[in-house]
Amino acid sequence: MWTGTPLFPESASTMAGRVDALYFFLLAVSIFFSLLIAGLIVFYAIKFHRGDPNAVGGVIHGGMVLEVTWTVVPFLITMVIFVWGASVFFAMSRPPDETLNIYVVGKQWMWKFQHLDGQREINELHVPVGRPVKLIMTSEDVIHDVFVPAFRVKADVVPGRYTHLWFQPNRPGHYQLFCAEYCGTRHSGMIGQVVVMEPSEYQTWLSGGAPEGSLASAGAKLFQDLACNTCHRPDAQGRGPVLEGLFGNTVQLQNGETITVDEAYVRESILQPAAKVMAGFQPIMPTFQGLVTEEQLLELIEYVKSLRGLPQVRGPQRGSRVAVEVQTR
Amino acid sequence: MLPDAAGHASPHGDRAHHPALAHHFDNLAQQSEAATLGMWVFLVTEVLFFGGLFVTYAVYRRLYPAAFAAGSHELDVTLGSINTIVLITSSLTMALGVHAAQMGERKLLMAFLAVTLILGAAFLGIKSVEYYHKFVEHHVPGPAFQFEKEHIRHAQIFFSLYFIMTGVHALHMVIGLGIMLVMFWLAWRGAITPEYYSPIEVSGLYWHFVDIVWIFLFPLLYLLGRHG
Amino acid sequence: MPPRHYLNNGYGISSWLLTRDHKRIALLYLASITLFFFVGGAFAVLIRLELATPAGDLVSDETYNKLFTLHGVMMVFFFLIPSIPATLGNFLVPIMIGAKDLAFPKLNLASWYIYVLGGVFTLYALVAGGVDTGWTFYTPFSTVSSTTNVIPTALGVFITGFSSILTGLNFIVTTHRMRAPGMTWFRMPLFMWSMYATSLIMVLGTPVIAITILLVAVERLFHFGFFDPRLGGDPVLFQHLFWFYSHPAVYIMVLPSMGVVSELVAAFCRKQVFGYSFVAFASLGIAVLGFLVWGHHMFVAGQSVYAALVFSILSFLVAIPSAIKVFNWTATMYRGSISWQTPMLYAIGFIGLFTIGGLTGLFLAAVGLDVHVTDTYFIIAHFHYIMVGGTLMGYLGGLHYWWPKISGRLYPEFLAKLSAGIIFLGFNLTFFPQFLLGYLGMPRRYHAYPPEFQVLNVLSSAGASILGVGYLLPMLYLMWSLRYGRISGANPWGAVGLEWTIASPPPTENFSETPIVTWDAYDYRKPVAGHVA
Repeated sequence: MWTGTPLFPESASTMAGRVDALYFFLLAVSIFFSLLIAGLIVFYAIKFHRGDPNAVGGVIHGGMVLEVTWTVVPFLITMVIFVWGASVFFAMSRPPDETLNIYVVGKQWMWKFQHLDGQREINELHVPVGRPVKLIMTSEDVIHDVFVPAFRVKADVVPGRYTHLWFQPNRPGHYQLFCAEYCGTRHSGMIGQVVVMEPSEYQTWLSGGAPEGSLASAGAKLFQDLACNTCHRPDAQGRGPVLEGLFGNTVQLQNGETITVDEAYVRESILQPAAKVMAGFQPIMPTFQGLVTEEQLLELIEYVKSLRGLPQVRGPQRGSRVAVEVQTR
Repeated sequence: MLPDAAGHASPHGDRAHHPALAHHFDNLAQQSEAATLGMWVFLVTEVLFFGGLFVTYAVYRRLYPAAFAAGSHELDVTLGSINTIVLITSSLTMALGVHAAQMGERKLLMAFLAVTLILGAAFLGIKSVEYYHKFVEHHVPGPAFQFEKEHIRHAQIFFSLYFIMTGVHALHMVIGLGIMLVMFWLAWRGAITPEYYSPIEVSGLYWHFVDIVWIFLFPLLYLLGRHG
Repeated sequence: MPPRHYLNNGYGISSWLLTRDHKRIALLYLASITLFFFVGGAFAVLIRLELATPAGDLVSDETYNKLFTLHGVMMVFFFLIPSIPATLGNFLVPIMIGAKDLAFPKLNLASWYIYVLGGVFTLYALVAGGVDTGWTFYTPFSTVSSTTNVIPTALGVFITGFSSILTGLNFIVTTHRMRAPGMTWFRMPLFMWSMYATSLIMVLGTPVIAITILLVAVERLFHFGFFDPRLGGDPVLFQHLFWFYSHPAVYIMVLPSMGVVSELVAAFCRKQVFGYSFVAFASLGIAVLGFLVWGHHMFVAGQSVYAALVFSILSFLVAIPSAIKVFNWTATMYRGSISWQTPMLYAIGFIGLFTIGGLTGLFLAAVGLDVHVTDTYFIIAHFHYIMVGGTLMGYLGGLHYWWPKISGRLYPEFLAKLSAGIIFLGFNLTFFPQFLLGYLGMPRRYHAYPPEFQVLNVLSSAGASILGVGYLLPMLYLMWSLRYGRISGANPWGAVGLEWTIASPPPTENFSETPIVTWDAYDYRKPVAGHVA
């Protein structure tokens, strides 16, 4: 029974070592203070054991030096831990510029993974070793959470918005993936695995192929089927903004605010078009709420992203058009 | 002093005391101060209670300003303003009632309490008319909700907040009316004197608080997007 | 025993159910919270039984989800939050300050009835098939997806919250207005400072969860859309509103226990608590800072990085006053006249286990580390160390310390020491392995788990069975002592405090004459005779 009982998790990502180092530091601090307090208590309890049943203790009210010491020292220690923890967290929150993006849709009680070139997986995620991977995630129903202990990563998966996490696996293998936010009856069954492969094996696996084609190409087809192309024309003659070269830029809205065109903005513009209208355009786009699934949204987003590198055609445009800062991502 | 539930007479000795003085207090002053402090503490809890609703309102208003303005436009500013004046006036009559109690003017106190009661009831009556209008116009959230397509999703949140915030406020008004009735009965019984008017004072605090909540609700719900 | 005291001042059920005596109300609460403790505890037993094997083979997953939900709801709202304030607090607050009763005795009785009414709603939800949202009611699962008795449970919690508010209100007004002549703030026992700080939290925090639960119930009934993204709502907004109360709530649970520990350490070292004013201000500091850290429950929920860092640094700050208290208690023992009687064993147990639990809080405040361990058994171990190793130990210690005052009788000391030892052992065996399980990655609220986690789970379940026995024993011998325990006399411990100057059990009016206080809280300068072997 004792074999096969790990007491410490595997480490399979570039982040794991940093998290573990912080953990061991905290362990050391905790053991020190626990032993200190426990030791003092036991020592005093024995040394000052009441002899005479009527004896009372010494008359000592306090000591400023001690109070200041045991306020300042814990304060300094906690600040060190704070900075260390914050630094690890910053690294976790900022994916590198070049990541392999994979979309994740969680629903009761399964995980759907969508590779950009169209591969679809259920409850299993194949990734190559040695490359940073970013998961862009949403839920179809309630809040879930993607947790891979071996990578030391975790993030809630929330309906109605996108959340993300990133990791860089550094050891091939199979690693457990859990749902870590209680989501109903089969929460503990909503598990899977991440399969980290050597790059060559990953390529082989990828070219096993997706019959449906890439996400972006599926999105292009949807863009036509839903008649988006009647208003969003590349020649700026349409009633909607030109999408070529748009993703990743900062644009100005009707109310004067500026925002970045990211996955969340594209999604919102499809589902609630009147919420954030670009300056110079009318709020006339119809909503597609209920007409597209989460997966179709991802396809459309990938399609818009695929237009990123294309030049914008600047032609005569109805209404005033405020200059747009071009800041390609 | 009434005997306790087990039938034992209270150990007064020879000390005669005010009939309203409770056993565990030394004197009426301590008792009144305790009652007033208690009501203030309770009102602080009410601030936090409504505060949760105001925070929710603030979050959604910031997210969906256009929908909120559109929803607010559909509320009846006239009725809302009348209600505001009604409630402020009732606070005035309540304050005058407290003063009358201090002065020992029993009939005046009863008159002011009665007017406060009537004004409060009028407030609730006007509120019901407004609710009825909202029902007829299909602005009650739920499957029957109707609104201009552009804002329908988020206007529903506005109206949900409208009903909950004014509903919880109205509930507090109803409780306030109950308190007014009890105060009226105490006054009628002659229990309120210049030495002991703490129940009126404490009820007044509660009534003023319910008024102040409305003073915040009214502009936030009714006056959005009505600049100039 | 004195001939007339509060227990025999009137017989019959209406003399209890219509009492205004804070001491009787304390006992009414004692009975009801004990009932909820054992119901919630029974669920814990079933949970640990299920978790002894990796497969979900004892109960169905639906049932399991209901078990942990109701365990949490009962333990948090119906046991831990009222426990010390409503029992020991109600009993002692007037006596410790030299008053005849709390400021509002009828409100006190009403608060008990409100508590019971809330309990009835929750018990109804239990027998009507249970509820499976987790005690945290996260949306949109609780408002849209769950098919169980969410609304009765929510109502039960909503109603019981008012019991908490009224108790806090009563304590605040009592502390301000009912202190005996000469009883200045800084002459009050530290238990009073803890009760006051706790009351501030009760009064300021509870209304927020009340309105939040109301919104959940309304959304579930009428589909209004506050937290449902399909209707434009934000599910994370619920989490902010919920944790705004539920974090300070854990200080409602632990502050009173810390107050008890101050009393126990002083009494069983027969010595002034080292750094009295530091401990007093630390209680207030915990109460204030406790309101500023709620986002540390949401580090992976999708908050901004900067919000997370703000909550992280504040969470470290709130640890400091707790550390100050632990150091001051330890320093009190230096040159004390220390007795090893049962209440002191519980106090020492509290200090040790709370220290461990609090230190693991530092792991969680470090955001980069919390990402790995949040939503796992590490969290479960952390809060059980504080709630059970901390609060519950303090509660039992206080119950044993003041038992002679409450009942006029002594409990059997050897059996009590044995039980304390069993509890300490059982507790550590139950919860220490859970830290390891959490770091390994075992998520919480899991009905079935991967087989490599089994050994640690078996250890934990074994510990739970020992712990269960440890809790049953005091129930039994305390009740036994009511009839057969030795008569204690007014001050069996030789302790200093107004409660030890009156008879055991006290008369209904507490003091025949209002005391005039001219001494500090723990003035042991004159040797005090004790009467206990």
